[in-house]
Amino acid sequence: MRENLIQLAYLVAVIGFGLSLYWMNSAKTARRGVLAGEIAFAIAIVATLAYPGVTGTGWVLIIIAIAIGTAIGIPLGLKVPMTAMPERIALSHAFGALAVACVGVAHYFLDWEHFGKFEIAVIGIEILLGGLVFTGSLMAAGKLHEMLPQRPILFAGQNYANFALIGVGLAIVAFLMFNPDQTWLIPVLACLALLIGVALIVPIGGADMPTVIALLNSYAGLSAAALGLVLNNKLLIVAGALDGTAGLILAIIMCRAMNRSFRNVLFGAFGAVDETAVEGGGDQGQVRSASTDEAAEIMKMARSVVIVPGYGMAVAQAQHKVRELADTLEAEGVDVKFAIHPVAGRMPGHMNVLLAEANVPYEKLLDMDEINADFPQVDVVLVLGANDVVNPSARHVKTSPIYGMPILNVDQAQCIMVVKRSMRSGFAGIENELFFNPKTLMVFGDAKQVVSELTLDVSGQRDAIGL
Amino acid sequence: MTADVIITSLFVFALAGFLGFTVISKVPKLLHTPLMALTNALSAISLVGSLLILGHTETTYARVLGFIAVLASTINVVGGFLITDRMLKMFKPAEKRAPASPRGEAGP
Repeated sequence: MRENLIQLAYLVAVIGFGLSLYWMNSAKTARRGVLAGEIAFAIAIVATLAYPGVTGTGWVLIIIAIAIGTAIGIPLGLKVPMTAMPERIALSHAFGALAVACVGVAHYFLDWEHFGKFEIAVIGIEILLGGLVFTGSLMAAGKLHEMLPQRPILFAGQNYANFALIGVGLAIVAFLMFNPDQTWLIPVLACLALLIGVALIVPIGGADMPTVIALLNSYAGLSAAALGLVLNNKLLIVAGALDGTAGLILAIIMCRAMNRSFRNVLFGAFGAVDETAVEGGGDQGQVRSASTDEAAEIMKMARSVVIVPGYGMAVAQAQHKVRELADTLEAEGVDVKFAIHPVAGRMPGHMNVLLAEANVPYEKLLDMDEINADFPQVDVVLVLGANDVVNPSARHVKTSPIYGMPILNVDQAQCIMVVKRSMRSGFAGIENELFFNPKTLMVFGDAKQVVSELTLDVSGQRDAIGL
Repeated sequence: MTADVIITSLFVFALAGFLGFTVISKVPKLLHTPLMALTNALSAISLVGSLLILGHTETTYARVLGFIAVLASTINVVGGFLITDRMLKMFKPAEKRAPASPRGEAGP
């Protein structure tokens, strides 16, 4: 009876999870989705604790663990700044995977005598995925937080070494299926998984982080689903599968937005692109630069301005200044919009979150597909800390590493302003022919500073105080 | 575990995967970061498995592993839901910023 009630409670929770994700399809209903998820979660936890047979010590340990976890979780939820969101998300994948791996190891030692081949295979995969996502996500978080070098670290035969590690892992799982009493192999498998996680992320550069974070999300979900299969817990299977597909969809979107395959992202190491593809930049023509007050004059006269933010805006933490500029331009009667490339920044949706934090209404944040056709009618484009996603050579230079990548067609606008520190090339080391376009004006300087100066110039405050 | 239990579980997994694909494809790119945070909080439902281990075992090493698992999952649940809601709170439509116009669904 009680068992059936618990299963029914899990069913209610599954429906809650489904609704939660369904309501995420619009910014208007998304917060309702969070509430549905929270209620479903609470139901599932109460139902689980209702299983008979929890020991006295068990209750004490559960209460202590939940209390400490809550005490750590609240600041991680409420205090982490939006600019640190990519590493925060990566860190949460690490925690989730750690939990799954620990449960997998404990479960094997407790119950291996009752396991069939299927359970052993699934637990083995659970431990492998859990372990590699744990260290992989920690590596990703370290790279994103710039505690580790963002440049890919490469050595000869790296891919073969990684494949060999994964092969050994799978071989151990297969061996255990036929020799389940060799329990000493479980810690070996766990350590190997931790090593694989490090090895897989080492060769991946900062610009590929959006795809990698999405993929780690997917693996974390799959490991949770594997745990559900072993425990025969349908709620866990569904939640894990939902998380797994969410990560997979995001990873596919990221790859499409870069015109690259998974194989290429995971094993291609973008940063190691051969230098022969880089064209000699100097002979492409004249670069025109402008001061901020010249740029401000042009913007003031424009009817429409489109701002293209990139990782540079996040690094300079310029999002609030950008909003001030947009507000000032709108006060002058200029129509301002934002054009967001899917891989701008370091995780899916990075730019949207930063600009939403700065109070930019979400109707003004336009996706690449929504805005690309409008560029010929745009008077001024302001490119802020973005580079490869606006490089027109992606359309026609077949030797370019970014050839075929969908880009924002900013070169079709009447005037393009690029805010940049210097003429240094972008992440992929590719020369950007946009800078040599006769319609382009380079505004050199730090993104945040340039934008605040532009705001002062547009509003005319600088003249008023006699600067 | 009998074969029909395994088969049922695999059915559930496959169907949930398809459900996820259809539902999540409809989430706009605008909300992809909150989506990641939310699915992460939801997949911390592995807390259920951690609780079963920690609550029911009598052995020390399983208690240690279970304790770590409950701790890590709880961090993800609490932190995940809070951060998702905090992010979503920031996504405001244009009309909310203009105090004159009443709050409504009418577009800009």
